[in-house]
Order: sequence, then structure tokens, then C-alpha cells
Amino acid sequence: MIRSLLSRIRRAASTALFLAMLPSAASAALTIEIVGGGANQIPVAVTAFVGDGGTPPGLAGVIRADLARTGLFKTLDTGDNPVPPEPQVVNWGDWRGRGAEALVAGGVTQRPDGRLEVRFRLFDVAKQTSLAGVSYTVTPAQLRTAAHRIADEVYEKLTGDRGVFSTKIAYVVKQGRRFTLEVADADGFNPRSVVNSNEPIISPAWSPDGAHLAYVSFEAKKPVVYVQSLLTGQRLAVAEFRGSNSAPAWAPDGKRLAVVLSKDGGSQLYLVGADGKGVQRLAQSPGIDTEPSFSPDGQWIYFTSDRGGSPQIYRISAAGGPAERLTFEGSYNASPRVSPDGKSFAFIQRNNGRFQVAVQDIASRQVQLLTDGSLDESPSFAPNGKIILYASELRGRGVLAAVSSDGRVKQRLTASSGDVREPAWGPLPRNP
Amino acid sequence: MKPALRAAVYRSFPIAAVLLLAACAGQETKDTPKAAVEDRTPTAAPTAPQATTAPAQASPVAQTPLSNPLKDPANILSKRSIYYDLDSHAIKDEYQPLLQAHAKYLLENKNSKIIIQGNCDERGSREYNLALGQRRADGVRRALMVLGVTENQIEAVSFGEEKPKAEGHDEAAWAQNRRSDIVYAGE
Repeated sequence: MIRSLLSRIRRAASTALFLAMLPSAASAALTIEIVGGGANQIPVAVTAFVGDGGTPPGLAGVIRADLARTGLFKTLDTGDNPVPPEPQVVNWGDWRGRGAEALVAGGVTQRPDGRLEVRFRLFDVAKQTSLAGVSYTVTPAQLRTAAHRIADEVYEKLTGDRGVFSTKIAYVVKQGRRFTLEVADADGFNPRSVVNSNEPIISPAWSPDGAHLAYVSFEAKKPVVYVQSLLTGQRLAVAEFRGSNSAPAWAPDGKRLAVVLSKDGGSQLYLVGADGKGVQRLAQSPGIDTEPSFSPDGQWIYFTSDRGGSPQIYRISAAGGPAERLTFEGSYNASPRVSPDGKSFAFIQRNNGRFQVAVQDIASRQVQLLTDGSLDESPSFAPNGKIILYASELRGRGVLAAVSSDGRVKQRLTASSGDVREPAWGPLPRNP
Repeated sequence: MKPALRAAVYRSFPIAAVLLLAACAGQETKDTPKAAVEDRTPTAAPTAPQATTAPAQASPVAQTPLSNPLKDPANILSKRSIYYDLDSHAIKDEYQPLLQAHAKYLLENKNSKIIIQGNCDERGSREYNLALGQRRADGVRRALMVLGVTENQIEAVSFGEEKPKAEGHDEAAWAQNRRSDIVYAGE
């Protein structure tokens, strides 16, 4: 079953699913336009959970939406009737008849302490066997979290890759003159503002443990790098030197950041402690060095430099030393972000005046162009490496968009007003 | 599209919709962002209308309460912006009088300090543009130091593409945004 599902997913992936979300005429609501088919998506039935008294769309609705957004699944209409998560009560013939290859069933029971126990099973419909079954104990406010965890389990069992439905994203919203750095669940729910300013905010970066955001704010009438706790809201200016301070990137150990400072002239790479102490210069070049990004093993720092005459991507040992140029195609390659497996990097490439997301395999140097926008910026890998979130533009407005790292599945997400930009995908959650 | 898939997508839609975000009450139909006028430093515009009323109030950097040369539209010191060609940080000859006037003022007013704010057009990476704006501001800083101004009177910073003077998405707007501005402390 798993093998057949995997082969189906590969077939599904060859058909692009394009979600374009356009402002509707009458209200702030959004509409979705899908271009391309989804005929080969894997059919999954996610039934309503027994005893799910939560607010619509309920646990099943959240799980369906998570799976559907990946473009790899076709979520079947299961009606409102819950199916208990017990193999002996599943009507296998019925689900087979509806075309389901996998079935998710679950239930919610209230515990004496007021918390809820959410349990689910994932079934292989053809083999009539259980592929996974987990239970979580959560507060009523954590029901969506439980749903995302279930979606993660289902996704991992059916694709072999980690799910990222329980992760968070950060991004900047510009409404008129107001800039807000927000953090939301990966599906956009539960947005909360981290910092507001009448001056620009750019370059948010998650600490590896997901507890802090580094970002650049212009509130002091110049760019300054801050590190802010998401738990307490406390923040520290970790780079506030004369001149400009920008482009924070966390080392994988969370103890240091690479930053770009102009204090000694030009825009150059430095390392600084997450406590703002111990700044040291990392490299010295006659040109611009900026946009550092650590490799996951902490060994390398990838960055943009125009030392060769045009912006290109280089890497340097995190201990310093000579820089190695990595991009050679085209006259503008910038914003490198190393993939979580360390084997490739996403970046922005200018082609005929259009800025687009590309990915380069580090070993083979092979480049694949992933998007066809004109002002695509700020690529950010999902922590499973399967999706790249980036900033794009739709009719003059900033929107977020996502593309699978193989370029085959695309989504575009836009607000009915305001600009959304500077996305940064957070790390996988620590153990529950 | 199959009905089931469509239903699934519509179900998933509100979720994606929220990505866009909490504060989206209004409907925007124009191509350009509704904020036609961006934040800008008060003195960034060469023609500051309030300068005509300057005699009525003293400014912290005024030489005399009656005539602040920095605010006097007839004085070249009120000219604060240097514009650049595409992909260039070279200061064109036409700005030499402006730089010389500010250098002279700073030499005569050792307590005066300026910030030079480099700016870029919107195309390309924000952080790379920040560095390009820094290069422009650093160029103005060096030019003033060549004219004798001491380093501690000048700070060069960059706004990158973040504070556009012109909000459009065409060459006319971009040309306005490839710019360094001189701002005096206290302004």
C-alpha cells in the first residue's frame, strides 16, 4: 500500500496544482483559482471525529485542509458522519467504493480534568490495516494543534517525509504606513503581532529552537538588528553599531548570529553572540558581502557578494578563510538559503529583468528555476525541505507564495489589502 | 476539476485566507499600494514648504533665529538629495556645489552632525539593496571627508528600498528612489 501510495504521489507531483487567491469583488474574502488538474492526487478520506464538539471546521476539517494544501492529496467528501477509529467498525467496501486509498478516523473524549484526549488511526483501505495510531491529551484551546499533529503523522506515513503542519511562519505586514512583524501557524491561523512600527521591519530569522526572532527594524532611523523572545516579548539590540546593521542569520547552535555591519566601511560579514557580545569580523572584501545563511551543520556560511562585479552567491567557512564562488549563470544571484539537508540552496535569480526563485544543487551545481514571477524575493525553506515560502507580487501588492522544492506545486496567498512580505519559516516544534 | 477536489480546496481556502491576514478589512482595487505617500524624513524633500515660515521659530541647528540656512529654500544647504543612475553609486558632477556647501557648513559648525541615508529602487533583494544604499551613503560620506569634514560629524546609513520617495513601479519612480539624503541631527 505504502509503495502504491508513493508512486501515486510521484504521479500527482507531475501535475502542477496552482492556487491563486484573488480578492473578491464584494468583501475582504478571498477566492481560489486553480489552474491545472489534480487527477493523480492520492485520495484520502478524513472522517469527522467522534465527539468533536469544537468549532467548525473541526479536527477533520483542519487535517483535510493541511493535506490538501500540499497538492499531494485529494481529500474526499466524507459527509458529517463520524467513523470510530476502530478497524472492526470500518466499512471497507464502502470506502473502497468511494475511491479512498487511505482513511483517517478519530475521536475526542473529555477527561475529568477538563482536558481532551484526541486519538486517531490511519488506515490502508486496500489492506484493511492500521498504518498509524496516536493519542494526544490537549486543552480545548489546543485542538487545532492536535489536528496539525495528526496531519503531520498522516503526511509522514504516506510520503516518508516529515510534516510541517505544526510549524509556524513569520512575516511582515505593511498596512499603509504601519509595519507589523507577525507569527502565525503554518496554515495562517492564530496570527499574532510580535512588533509594530511606523518604520520598516525586514529580515526576520527564527532561532533554531523557535523561541526567538531576530529582525532588522528601522525605528531608530537606521537599520538595527534585534533579537526578541517570543515568549516574553523582551528584546535586545544585538547589533547597533555606527552605520547600518542588518541581515541576521542564526548559527545552528543558536548561540551566535552572522550579521552584516557597515561600521568599518562597506557592508561586511561579522559574527555576534545572541547576547550582543563578542562581535568579530568574519570576512573582508572590497565589495558588498551580505545575506549570510548558515549550512545546517554550521560549517559554512553562504552569502551574496558583488566582489566579482555582480551579485553572486559564495560560501565561506564559519571559521573564516577564503570564499568560494558558487553561482556562475546570470548577472544577479542573491538571497541564498541552504536547504535543511544541506544539499542545495534556494536563491533569487534575475532573468531578463525578472526576479525568480531558483534552487541549486551544491554538489552538481545544477540550477532549477522554480517560479515565474517578476519580483520574487526572500526564499525560506520549510523545515522538511519540501516547500519554499517566498515573497511575490500580485497586481502591485506584496503576497506570500509557496512552491514545492521540485517546482511542481504552487500556491499563492494574498490579502485583500496591505502588503505581506519577508516570510521566514520556523523550525520543527520541539517534542510535545 | 473534480467536485470532490473543488470541495476540498474550498474547505482549505479559509485557512489560507487567514494567512492574509487579520487586518484585512478593506478592499483594494488599485495596482499600487494605497499609501501614496511613504514615510520620509522631514527634510528629504528639497522644497519644504514650511521653510517659508522659518523666521518665526528657532531650530536647534539654526545659526540665528531669523535665518536658518539649512531651511532657507534660497540657500543651497536646503538641497539635500543626490540622485544616481541605475546600478551606480557615482556622484554626478552636478552635485559638487551641494556637497561643497554642506562640507563648508559642517567645517564652520563643528557641533553639527549629519546622517546620510542611502536609498535604492525596489527591484531585487531587500538586503542586497540595503547594501547598495549603504554604498551610496558611504560614497557621499567619503566625498565630504575629502572636503575636510571630520568623520565623527557624519554617519552613513542605508534605508535600502524600504523608504521609497516615489511609490510607483516604473523608471520615473525608481529614479526618484535611487538617492542619498543628507539629514542634520535634530531635524
